[in-house]
Amino acid sequence: MFQVLCIFIPLIAALFMPFFFKKVRSIHTGWFVLVVPIFLASYYATFIPITSKGDSVIAQLHWIPSLGISFVSYLDGLSLLFSILITGIGALVVLYSIFYLNRTKEQLHNFYIYLLMFMSAMLGVVQSDNMMTLYLFWELTSISSFLLIGYWFNRDKSRFGALKSMMITVAGGMLMLGGFVLLALMGDTFSIRELIAQAPELAANDLFVLALILILLGAFTKSAQFPFYIWLPDAMEAPTPVSAYLHSATMVKAGIYLVARFTPIFAQSEVWIWLVAGIGLLTLFWGSFFAVKQTDLKGILAFSTVSQLGLIMSLLGVGAIAFHVEGAADSAFKYATFAAIFHLINHATFKGSLFMIAGIVDHETGTRDIRKLGGLMSIMPVSFTVALIGSFSMAGIPPFNGFLSKEMFLTAMLSIAEFDLFNFATWGILFPIIAWIASVFTFIYSLYFVFRTFTGKGNIAQLPHKPHEAPMGMLISPVILAVLVVGIFFIPNIVADLFIKPAVIAIQPFLYTHPEQVDIHISAWHGVNTELLMTLGIFAIGFVLFLTLSKWQKIYNAFPAKLTLNNLYDFIIYELSGNWMYRLSSSYMTGSNRRYLGLMFGAFSLIVIGTLFSKDAFYVTFEGASPVHLHQVILIIVLVIGTITTVFAKSRITSIVALGAVGYTVSLFFVLFKAPDLALTQLVIETISVALFLLAFYHLPKFKKEQERNRFKFGRALVSFAVGAMVTLVALSAHSQKLVPSIAEYYKETVYSLAGGGNIVNVILVDYRGFDTLFEITVLAIAGMAIYGMIKLRLSRKGGKL
Amino acid sequence: MEIIMAFVCGFLFMAAIYLILSRSLLRIIIGTGLLSHGAHLLILTMGSFKGSAPPVLTEGVTDFVDPLPQALILTAIVISFGVTAFFLVLAYRAYQELKTDDMTELKGSDDIE
Repeated sequence: MFQVLCIFIPLIAALFMPFFFKKVRSIHTGWFVLVVPIFLASYYATFIPITSKGDSVIAQLHWIPSLGISFVSYLDGLSLLFSILITGIGALVVLYSIFYLNRTKEQLHNFYIYLLMFMSAMLGVVQSDNMMTLYLFWELTSISSFLLIGYWFNRDKSRFGALKSMMITVAGGMLMLGGFVLLALMGDTFSIRELIAQAPELAANDLFVLALILILLGAFTKSAQFPFYIWLPDAMEAPTPVSAYLHSATMVKAGIYLVARFTPIFAQSEVWIWLVAGIGLLTLFWGSFFAVKQTDLKGILAFSTVSQLGLIMSLLGVGAIAFHVEGAADSAFKYATFAAIFHLINHATFKGSLFMIAGIVDHETGTRDIRKLGGLMSIMPVSFTVALIGSFSMAGIPPFNGFLSKEMFLTAMLSIAEFDLFNFATWGILFPIIAWIASVFTFIYSLYFVFRTFTGKGNIAQLPHKPHEAPMGMLISPVILAVLVVGIFFIPNIVADLFIKPAVIAIQPFLYTHPEQVDIHISAWHGVNTELLMTLGIFAIGFVLFLTLSKWQKIYNAFPAKLTLNNLYDFIIYELSGNWMYRLSSSYMTGSNRRYLGLMFGAFSLIVIGTLFSKDAFYVTFEGASPVHLHQVILIIVLVIGTITTVFAKSRITSIVALGAVGYTVSLFFVLFKAPDLALTQLVIETISVALFLLAFYHLPKFKKEQERNRFKFGRALVSFAVGAMVTLVALSAHSQKLVPSIAEYYKETVYSLAGGGNIVNVILVDYRGFDTLFEITVLAIAGMAIYGMIKLRLSRKGGKL
Repeated sequence: MEIIMAFVCGFLFMAAIYLILSRSLLRIIIGTGLLSHGAHLLILTMGSFKGSAPPVLTEGVTDFVDPLPQALILTAIVISFGVTAFFLVLAYRAYQELKTDDMTELKGSDDIE
């Protein structure tokens, strides 16, 4: 119970933040916030001994029991690792933000409410075992991310970035919900653990691949994979602590988490392996290639994040291959998933610190434009050291943790060549090659980031602020992360035992059942082999390319600016949905009543006639029809002549009189068909109606000749013919297929004995079905009052307003 | 007879719709008048014309026509009369205020404020 409540602790704490901000003005609100992640991180740390033995802890809180929806906190190696990352880096980011955001100038309560909301959401995503609550928290991360990106809401670019990330991630989230629902239908449960238990049966289902693709779309949009990565660079308008927290260390890894979590279910499908590994690798290359083009510090880091997320994703895809390999636990495939988790931890440490450094540079110099920066090394030595450590780790240079995971990444990619299922024998060779090229670019942009900012001449005098080293407090968090970067390099196996192996068994339960079976020992020096040679090649070629950067950077200009994914997004959002759809709807929403009526009548008759014939319901019989008499035929002829006169009369008076003639003919029909009450009423009402028409006639203008364009005239005739045909056809087949006898016998038999009347129609009106009559009187009364109101009330004349 | 009446009703509907799709408000109201005549006759036809006596208890008569459709039509006549009266006054007021009874000029759209 308490374990589940822990997910909500940040949300509950958020409720109190406005109070602290408004009432305790002298203390930065962030200090109160800081308590929350520190408490949670230490609480989650107590679970490490349990999960490192391969066990898991589960707690449940029912929400909607009748639908099987409940809040479940399921802590195994994978979710505990994420929980600790979220709370741990959360604590560092809050600490950093205390010094980054000004206590008096910023709306801190908003900021921290959003941040705490995000923290709850993220903990919920990684701990939920129930897919519905997982989706709930997933969307909450999108919303809080939207709020945080748009934190400076008076800037256009912030709002644009917030909207863009919202559109893309929520669209993906919706699709993912579809995938979840399909999975739940197939497995008849919302619980991910129970679904994993019945994974083989699920794979046989026809909907399996559809669910797979939908869930992957959710993961790819959230984790900024190709081609959905475009929101991430625009999300850099957020305050830097947010970029460091959400857009490098935690939220963008939600997609990674999702892929890892569902691997035991979907690894059996080759579609999964190809998509995850292929898209991951493409993203890795694409992101690293375009990172070198950026001129904004945070832009470089955004593309670098995209690229590194692609790396982790492709490793997860390759790790899924282990499902199909005999004895995978002894082959090189075992490295892939391990490397993915390892790099995930490493990336969180070095990317977090790099973002914080970018924030410090921005804060102290007033610009993030790399073309204006340079030569800050001697002014900001601590920041430079941290940036150097982070960048070198990102580039994969020893003695930093990025080196270790990069080596394992290359090992895993090389192992693909061994695999000969699903066409990997043909295309598998591309994997290590693309990975290698992407690593070269990673190397280049890492050096580009740190050396362009801190070394060289630079024109410090022209910077917006006079640069100086950041305050102590601001440096604490990046320094801690940098220490971790170095620390993990020297004690990788302790990290592996505590965090990575338990996570690996959660991802690959088909391979291992106990963490000790994960037989991987990380060593910085593993002899001269292909990986090491590849790494040396990366260093050498990357270094040469970095030195000659100014010569070849021009090739980026060769790419046509119009053919970008951002343009495609703008086209879809603004041109397609905004402009084209507006034009489409205004093409039929013309404001013309006649057109609407014409469309409605036409569609109605088409549907009815179509149904009548497609269902084979049309049937005519002359059986049971009553005989035709001459006087009836004469009346019909009169009626038809009257109607034609009404329609084609040139003057109003002719038309009105002809309508009266039709009405009186109808009352004669009522006489013929033995309905005396109807005939009487019709006669009276027709008289009053004609009188009313003549009254209106006096006030209304003369008929103008109907001037239509020919097309409309034809359509009008066609629609009216269709409606007439529809009525005739329906009447004919309804008359010919009477299924049940009339209930009139009852009325006839009981009208005197029960109701004491002789006129059956009148008794029906006031006795059997008196309610009809009551409300028909009401209708008349309302019409009368409305007419009175329309004539008497004239507010606009008196200058009043309606 | 019912077969012929089905065609008559269809014809009335056709004429009514043709008038309803016209430009002048008065024509549209006349169209609704025709439409209600058509509907009333249709209800009566669907109730069938069997029976030889009006539905009023008389000595020695058992073969009444169906009384239920007649009751329904009676209600419908009154309601359509109320609506027509309202509609006529509305058209009269609209003409008084807006100086037109042409539906193309009475078009409500975004560009007219």
